[in-house]
Amino acid sequence: MSTLHTVNKSPFSTQSLLSCLNHCKDGDAVLMIEDGVYGALANSGMSDQVKAKAGNVSIYVMTPDADARGLANDKLLGEVSGVDYAGFVNLVTKHDRTQNWL
Amino acid sequence: MSEIKKFLYVNRKAPYGTIYALESLEVVLIGAAFEQDVSLAFLDDGVFQLTKGQNTDGIGIKNFSPTFRALGDFEVTKLFVEKESLEERGLTADDLQEIVYEDEDDDWEEKPSIKLVSRAEMADVMADQDVVLSF
Repeated sequence: MSTLHTVNKSPFSTQSLLSCLNHCKDGDAVLMIEDGVYGALANSGMSDQVKAKAGNVSIYVMTPDADARGLANDKLLGEVSGVDYAGFVNLVTKHDRTQNWL
Repeated sequence: MSEIKKFLYVNRKAPYGTIYALESLEVVLIGAAFEQDVSLAFLDDGVFQLTKGQNTDGIGIKNFSPTFRALGDFEVTKLFVEKESLEERGLTADDLQEIVYEDEDDDWEEKPSIKLVSRAEMADVMADQDVVLSF
């Protein structure tokens, strides 16, 4: 049993990503969408916390949202995998439930 | 009759600055009619929804905090509150309203609806649901 967590706010304006990471269980996945993609930035104040979880939790970023914001792959953490909209649907079907961190 | 599912309503916002908290409570009350296994989670700023002594006379918004005390009548009897979220905000359980329900399986004894849980226990509660609705 596992959960797909989605985060759609910048971690620099709300605690949503932090709270999400604090409540994730091993085997869960976190997908950063909309302004949530800023959570995937390398060398940010959040990077260490994301990296610390990445071993036990799969971290994904919505590539169209990252592209829209000019976040090229080389600006993002290596621990984060990009997905497109079809990949989002696959993640939803792969997990038992989806929890949105608004 | 359809299978009963476990529904969790996750509350992470303070009560009056946005409409999320009131909308959550409205959906919980509507959802209660469907006789599912309902729990509520309060964490982060969501714990502010349950504080005592709210008085909205000066801001022209309905004080909906007393409505939480009616949830027991709708068989919504599990309100999980995260200890760490209280502590981070300088609050203790004594700062929260007393919310009770009458246990029909125990001679209608009044029991507390609020259950204080640690962050790890809250993660367990979340992982134990069929449906999670976030506000």
